[in-house]
Amino acid sequence: MSVIELDGLRKEFTVRVKAGRLRREKRTVTAVDGIDLRVERGELLGYIGPNGAGKSTTLKMLTGVLTPSAGRARVCGLRPVADRTRLALRIGVVFGQRSQLWWDLPLADSFDLLRHLYRVPAAAHAARLRRCRDLLDLDDFLATPVRQLSLGQRMRGELTAALLHDPQVLFLDEPTIGLDVVSRQAVRGFLAELGRTGDTTLVLTTHDLADIERLCARLVVVDHGRVVHDGTIAALHARYGSRRLVVADLDAPLAVPPRPAGAALHRVEADGHRLVYALESAGVAEVVSALAGLAALRDLSIVEPDIEDVVARLYRSPAPDPRRPS
Amino acid sequence: MAGLRKEGNGVGSVTATAAPSTSANVTRWFRTFGAISRAGFRRYSTYRQAALAGAVTNTVFGFLHCAVLLAAAGSGTVGGYDRPRLATFVWMGQGLLAVVLLWGWTDLADRIRTGDVAADLLRPVHPVTSYLATDLGRAGYAALARLLPPVLVGPLFFDVYLPSRWPTVGLFVVSVVTAVVLCFGCRFLVNAAAYWWQDARGPVLLWTLGSGVLAGLYFPLRFLPDWLQLVLWFGTPFPSLMQTPLDVLVERDPPAVQVGLVALQLGWAVLVLAACRLVQRRAERRLVVQGG
Repeated sequence: MSVIELDGLRKEFTVRVKAGRLRREKRTVTAVDGIDLRVERGELLGYIGPNGAGKSTTLKMLTGVLTPSAGRARVCGLRPVADRTRLALRIGVVFGQRSQLWWDLPLADSFDLLRHLYRVPAAAHAARLRRCRDLLDLDDFLATPVRQLSLGQRMRGELTAALLHDPQVLFLDEPTIGLDVVSRQAVRGFLAELGRTGDTTLVLTTHDLADIERLCARLVVVDHGRVVHDGTIAALHARYGSRRLVVADLDAPLAVPPRPAGAALHRVEADGHRLVYALESAGVAEVVSALAGLAALRDLSIVEPDIEDVVARLYRSPAPDPRRPS
Repeated sequence: MAGLRKEGNGVGSVTATAAPSTSANVTRWFRTFGAISRAGFRRYSTYRQAALAGAVTNTVFGFLHCAVLLAAAGSGTVGGYDRPRLATFVWMGQGLLAVVLLWGWTDLADRIRTGDVAADLLRPVHPVTSYLATDLGRAGYAALARLLPPVLVGPLFFDVYLPSRWPTVGLFVVSVVTAVVLCFGCRFLVNAAAYWWQDARGPVLLWTLGSGVLAGLYFPLRFLPDWLQLVLWFGTPFPSLMQTPLDVLVERDPPAVQVGLVALQLGWAVLVLAACRLVQRRAERRLVVQGG
């Protein structure tokens, strides 16, 4: 059984739009437009899409906070809305933009309250908390009220709070939003560790694609409420023809730059001092050996395909179905 | 992190909650409820200056309020209260105001408006239960920080009435706790309007205007005509919020009526809490959690 099963999940909102001085028209907006998804135990899933694509709406339906308009959802074998309080024991949720901790309580007290709420045995609670304290460096601010924590500290607290009851699935909605580089790395490192060593299923939505590249083997891209890509990051690159680049700096420009098989001359820069090849079927070595016979190489670098470019192209592509808002 | 997973295989925390028997389940429920209440107590106890300011205000208003009512009573009795009974009514009322917390609670409405209510829904405890437990903890703190000052200051300046029958004290405590639960339920319902309107300022304002008068805070409802008293007591929960515990304390009525009033209060509390659960369920079905 998959940990998460979605079949034709839909969510429509009714909004009232001003139409004339007093009149208001009802309009139906489809936020999630038929999503099918299977996520297996222990998977690390990146769930991305542009603003308004339906990511957060999907996450809210998966956690039982929002009732779907149509379709079927199962998380850990439970119906998210109908079995919400039972499901709450098996999932952890971290919202980057809102807090699950108690504003006026010290972090340590929040953790203690969570132990009672989730009815975690004291020993198991202590062991999990100790590991989180070590990995996320919580000790300096455990006694600080949550309202006084910095965003980075609070987010480390939120992660701990979401994990203390040992959830089977951890939902993360933009966990690195607004964090500085150090905190971001701490959170990423922690999640990578969690993903590597355990069987916790991670579902991560983010606009920071570095999070995805670092953490998620599988990437689901949604746009206009529909899945437009589901597969590995490599598959995404292959589909959109993004290629690795070899950048060669030469001592002197070549009259006729070589054109090795399996690589295309992408750009010529700096008056011919710099040649940029895009690799198709050839490897780096083939490009280098083709150049080495003709010119003195001063420097060489390889540029990995940029996921942001690919995703931007994906987002800009037209909606899969133009009849959307009805 | 390996260890974080090892001691629980993901199923561990679930089996831990499957209680072997009903009585163990009830014990766990009370333990959870108690933990939330204790946290509520701690949360509110962090705002000491606010508590001090509130206690001072209540005490100052106590003098004003007491002077007005005693002037109305003259040297005799009014509405069945003599002068010491009126003084107790006023000073205990000033103390109870913050314990019952008639006014100034918009936590739920605020959390609905900002979307933070999502975090409440993601807990393994029913929202009405967890909010109620928190509120009882808050009331416990208010009983120390807000009830005691006016209740201790008043008798220094006025002749007050002390209960002459010892069961009154027990009944008074039951009545106060019931009033807190009932008032919480009413506030929850008023706040829950925000589920529909994204904002509950209108209902909260109406509540604030109405509850003080109808609960008997400004003057004892016994001053009103009999038929109106009946309508208020049986038709609305308001008298059960303040008037009932105060009437019980000053022994305005014989024991049987005292017990009857508290029973009526309990009935209202059960009814309103049931309404809270119903409203919460309806709200969740149509809830739009604000924000991304």
